[in-house]
Amino acid sequence: MSAVADRHVVADAEAKSASAKPSLFSRALPAWAQALPLALVFLVFFLVPLALTVMVSFWDYTEYSLVPAFTLRSYVEMFEGCYDKLPDLCVTLKTYLSTLKFCISVWLISLGVGFFIAYFLAFHVRTTTMQVALFLVCTVPFWTSNVIRTISWIPLLGRNGLVNSTLVKAGIINTPIEWLIFSDFSVIVALVHLYTLFMIVPIFNSMMRIDRALLEAARDSGASGWQTIWNVVIPLSKPGIVIGSIFVITIVMGDFVTVGVMGGQQIASVGKVINTQMGALQFPPAAANSVILLVAVLFIIAALTKLVDIRKEL
Amino acid sequence: MTKKPIDRRTVLKGAGMLMGSTALSGLAAPAVHAQEPKVLRYLGTAVNQSTDIAKKVKEDTGITIEYIPVTTDEVAKRIVTQPNSFDLVDEEYFSLKKVIPSGNLVGMDAKRIKNADKITPIFTKGELPGGKKIGDQGTAPKKVFYLEGATSKKFATSPTQWITLIPTVYNADTLGIRPDLIKRPIESWKELLNPEFKGKASILNIPSIGIMDAAMVVESMGKHTYKDKGNMTKPEIDMTMALMTEAKKAGQFRAFWKDFNESVNLMASGEVVIQSMWSPAVTAVRSKGIACTYQPLKEGYRAWAAGFGLPRTTVGKKADLAYEFINWFLDGWAGAFLNRQGYYSGVLETAKSKMEPYEWAFWMEGKPAEKDIMSPSGTLLEKAGTVRDGGSYESRMGSVACWNSVMDENDYLVKKWNEFIAA
Repeated sequence: MSAVADRHVVADAEAKSASAKPSLFSRALPAWAQALPLALVFLVFFLVPLALTVMVSFWDYTEYSLVPAFTLRSYVEMFEGCYDKLPDLCVTLKTYLSTLKFCISVWLISLGVGFFIAYFLAFHVRTTTMQVALFLVCTVPFWTSNVIRTISWIPLLGRNGLVNSTLVKAGIINTPIEWLIFSDFSVIVALVHLYTLFMIVPIFNSMMRIDRALLEAARDSGASGWQTIWNVVIPLSKPGIVIGSIFVITIVMGDFVTVGVMGGQQIASVGKVINTQMGALQFPPAAANSVILLVAVLFIIAALTKLVDIRKEL
Repeated sequence: MTKKPIDRRTVLKGAGMLMGSTALSGLAAPAVHAQEPKVLRYLGTAVNQSTDIAKKVKEDTGITIEYIPVTTDEVAKRIVTQPNSFDLVDEEYFSLKKVIPSGNLVGMDAKRIKNADKITPIFTKGELPGGKKIGDQGTAPKKVFYLEGATSKKFATSPTQWITLIPTVYNADTLGIRPDLIKRPIESWKELLNPEFKGKASILNIPSIGIMDAAMVVESMGKHTYKDKGNMTKPEIDMTMALMTEAKKAGQFRAFWKDFNESVNLMASGEVVIQSMWSPAVTAVRSKGIACTYQPLKEGYRAWAAGFGLPRTTVGKKADLAYEFINWFLDGWAGAFLNRQGYYSGVLETAKSKMEPYEWAFWMEGKPAEKDIMSPSGTLLEKAGTVRDGGSYESRMGSVACWNSVMDENDYLVKKWNEFIAA
């Protein structure tokens, strides 16, 4: 988590030095120098490409070239039929709705699962060695390549897979369940499997900062276990929960590989639409889609940070 | 988390060692290579990029091939956006319509290609070596084979000295089926949408190719006859996609695939019993000991072809190297290697000279195998006595109905395809 923490510190430093009066410039110099490397990295690898993306989204295009002339074509085409076809949803809305649906379900599940794993790691595992060992276990999903990982779901969840054959042999079902793979269900399972770790780490980090005396105080004041969790642990873990949520939501909103493979390429996602357009060399519409996606994600993050002032809490 | 500093330090140490070792090898390099190394950066799809070919080239010519494997779409994207990131490209003829107008590929000089006049007439005239005309719907190679000049952006209608792509491989694609699970003969493309295979069918998720397979299905159902399946009108695209959307909503498709390995997996696991497939994928399923037929269908095949192209940034010595490599490629060894994988090579004569007569008879003449047929890597592909799916070169390539293509309405198609996926 230190990376994120650093980033906020730097952002703070930047904000402060920016608002400082010129006379303070010489005193602020070391701070500027410290902030400079990361600021440069951000400028070159984030702000410039982002500005280019926004710019290209307003360009025109042909099969093989970009035409640098200002046009709203990409945006207009993206929302074509979104109003006049109502109540039928247009492709863009349908796609966003489907992406949002995955986002919310994965977020809720990974929050629930992640919180209790972090809780277990922080409060029930005593030694640091054991904590590190268990953390490594949490990273197991990342030990293989994406392709192998997604392909291996078929032998597990497929029509003749392990789950189905076990259920059939046990006599619980007669015919294999079809929706175990290439369905909304399998997409959610795979996403939760992958991204819960991003929830565990920040929440764990927050929990480790909780003064253990507070828990004892709660117990001494007669709080039950659940009351302690609800009134002490959760409020104090909020920054971790929000950071973890931001991770999971932004990753799931942009994911198209997992949705593609686990959904049998039959489920739409915003990332997939962008990918298809890039494949057809249609960069401006792809850029326009990215810009809208970015705005949507920023709105969600803004809403989340309204709930908790992360800077204050850290 | 308390262990973090130590972890970071170890990582840094590792990184330092890595940097150290690269620095060392960097230092050592000039001493080893007294002259400029013969290196070619070869952009293409992974399917065509074999390590065996790279090894053999190195042996024969001293050229080191550096493969840059990407997807079909990505090849075209790279040519248009980063023509200086490779020295030679192996790409499909159908993307030429998108790529040539960008001016990033130049014509290849036929005079510098030793076997240029031996290239099969499928490319130059759109006919079999025997003279029989074959289907030319879509982007048939003959339509985009010649350029008007070395740096022209226009395709020539009659032969010129300037060739867009020198053929590497081509093939006739059809549906792959699991005969052991279907248990009855399959003869027509319309079986893909037969409710009998509900939840067990698949097509590929590449708009320009997927819609061609869909068009084969539409025609075989007798719903519509296209003037050119490879260049549909907007209403034709609407009609075709509507039919596919209906099938998708009814649950006809188990999954779509985009990656070669996905199609192998779907078939091998039995998730899918009938789907559009590429020939090496069928071979891969079969080499797992699972029955899989590359089913010839009465409406014919959807063909594709790929070849070597030269980016405008490859000039001088690099260009000489590229021509040397291409001449080696057409000289037979590589052709024989590709023919043994079930593809077809651009120059048949030279490939034949590097194949055993029994191999040639099996792969090209459609005769029963005299001996066991081995793959280039040495695994058993076919037992003695079997006949290749679809038979001889003439009967397979002779039944081509259409070629992979980019339509004039490609923009519209991509939009409709995204709708189809979201439906």
